[in-house]
Amino acid sequence: MGALTDLDLSALWVSVRLATTTVVILLIVGAPLAWWLAHTRARFRPVVEALVALPIVLPPTVLGFYILVALGPYGPLGQIAHVSLAFTFTGLVIASVFYSMPFVIQPLQSAFEAAGKAPLEAAWSLRASKLDAFLTVISPIALRGYISAIVLGFAHTMGEFGVVLMVGGSIPGHTRVLSTTIFEHVEVMEYAQAHAIAAMLLIFSFLVLLAVYIANRRFPIHVS
Amino acid sequence: MSRLVAHFEVRYPTFHLNVDLDVPMSGITAIFGPSGSGKTTLLRCLAGLERAPDGFMQFGNDVWQDEKIDLCLPLYKRPIGYVFQEPRLFPHYNVRANLLYGYQRIPVEARRVEIDQVVAILGIGHLLERRIHNLSGGEQQRVAIGRALLTSPKLLLLDEPLASLDIHRKQELLPFIRRLHEELDTPVLYVSHSTSEILHLSNRVILLNEGHVVGVGMLNEILTSLQFRGNFGSHRVGAVWDACVTSHDPPYGLTQLDFKGQSLFVPIQPIALGKSVRVHILSNDVSLVVGRTNSPTSVLNILEATIVEVWEINQSSVDVLLDIGAPLVASITKKSLATLGLKPGQRVFAHIKAVALNEELAD
Repeated sequence: MGALTDLDLSALWVSVRLATTTVVILLIVGAPLAWWLAHTRARFRPVVEALVALPIVLPPTVLGFYILVALGPYGPLGQIAHVSLAFTFTGLVIASVFYSMPFVIQPLQSAFEAAGKAPLEAAWSLRASKLDAFLTVISPIALRGYISAIVLGFAHTMGEFGVVLMVGGSIPGHTRVLSTTIFEHVEVMEYAQAHAIAAMLLIFSFLVLLAVYIANRRFPIHVS
Repeated sequence: MSRLVAHFEVRYPTFHLNVDLDVPMSGITAIFGPSGSGKTTLLRCLAGLERAPDGFMQFGNDVWQDEKIDLCLPLYKRPIGYVFQEPRLFPHYNVRANLLYGYQRIPVEARRVEIDQVVAILGIGHLLERRIHNLSGGEQQRVAIGRALLTSPKLLLLDEPLASLDIHRKQELLPFIRRLHEELDTPVLYVSHSTSEILHLSNRVILLNEGHVVGVGMLNEILTSLQFRGNFGSHRVGAVWDACVTSHDPPYGLTQLDFKGQSLFVPIQPIALGKSVRVHILSNDVSLVVGRTNSPTSVLNILEATIVEVWEINQSSVDVLLDIGAPLVASITKKSLATLGLKPGQRVFAHIKAVALNEELAD
């Protein structure tokens, strides 16, 4: 990709770092939440489910606006951090975690629901503690759910635009990611560079999805 | 011998379980009752998978649940082996890894059961490297039993492990379950709604109906008691004995058994002398003779008995409870009862026309 400038490469690096960090955080926070959603009998479960799904239907600017306000020096998150998190990489991560949450939670929740409680009880009867059973039995059985969650969470974070622009502001080297870079190139009529990055994102997304579908076919996880 | 003491009361929207138990745990104890009587719920309470609000449970000297002090050990802290109705094997492991899953999680000094032993008893040596989805239902259930045994449990809970299998697989698995308790000396609680399964396997029976324990006792006592006969389906009423093989008579094709000092002849069995064999004597196959008549009879099996009680069954027939050192029931007509003038306390001879050897499952 000779058309890529240093600025473009730094945007690629920011994008990859952002997507990776977001997915890791979402797996740590999201797996227990998805597990809880899959098995709870709490009456307010639909409320939590609706909140988790909200970013799918909400205009990114709405989410971005609220997060921006929360991150600002007088917002609750800004107060906790004692400094404004708006227009910082940390702020971007927080925004992405919310924005990509449904894409990680939902596949995990479906996978946990499909796995059911039966293997878990079997593991307990074989002296596995709750965490042990979750890690050694439920997680492998729900492996496809994890793969979907990781891929969708990563790809969706790579592709976000509205929230990133609202919260991050596209500061080169800090908060400028690939999707906003395309926008910047188009603004100044640099179509060749916009093409290069757009094509890269397109091919990347396709290859990742292809790999997932092939992996799912070649290594079927049998849930009996 | 460890005793199992348990009290559970759980209310569900459509079902109420209220159980008080105090039973010795040795051999195979069947929890028997119709579908929906609460057998599985009781087993899940014993395992700690359901928590009865005011529950109490003690096995031997170990208290596993006492809600007065807010104690309820989770299943993974109880030395229980649990085999579910479905095998519930872990699909991402092969057979060996499934067997070793629990084995690796108990302290080395607590291991009383070894993998070679389990593999031999269950006949699964050729399956060890197989993937789970390549096993038949019967093979999967055997692996599930083996996996539970390898945690060296103090108590083994089996929840209708044969229910999901066809008659041939059931037949194939029964001898393995019988060997478990013969070779490993682990008490077994066996949930079943199948009369023929409990006739095959159990030593003791806990009768459950609509969430309540309606009877507890040795299999033969329960089977031959009028009070409980409705629980088994009338055509199966009879006595079940474990008789000892005393001699073989190949020219006549007979094996002689001893039970409480009396002889029984059955078609020749490939069973070593001194071993026990379970026989089932249906009440319809027992007829009564007063005094030893001089006329010879073709009936081989004649036992001395004392009449204990006579129960009216319907307009034409009665059941006569006999004592031959153990309970035995004879179904005869009212007309015969009157003609012979049979009364409790009277000495009679029970002619046994057929002895079923409990090798074949009936249903």
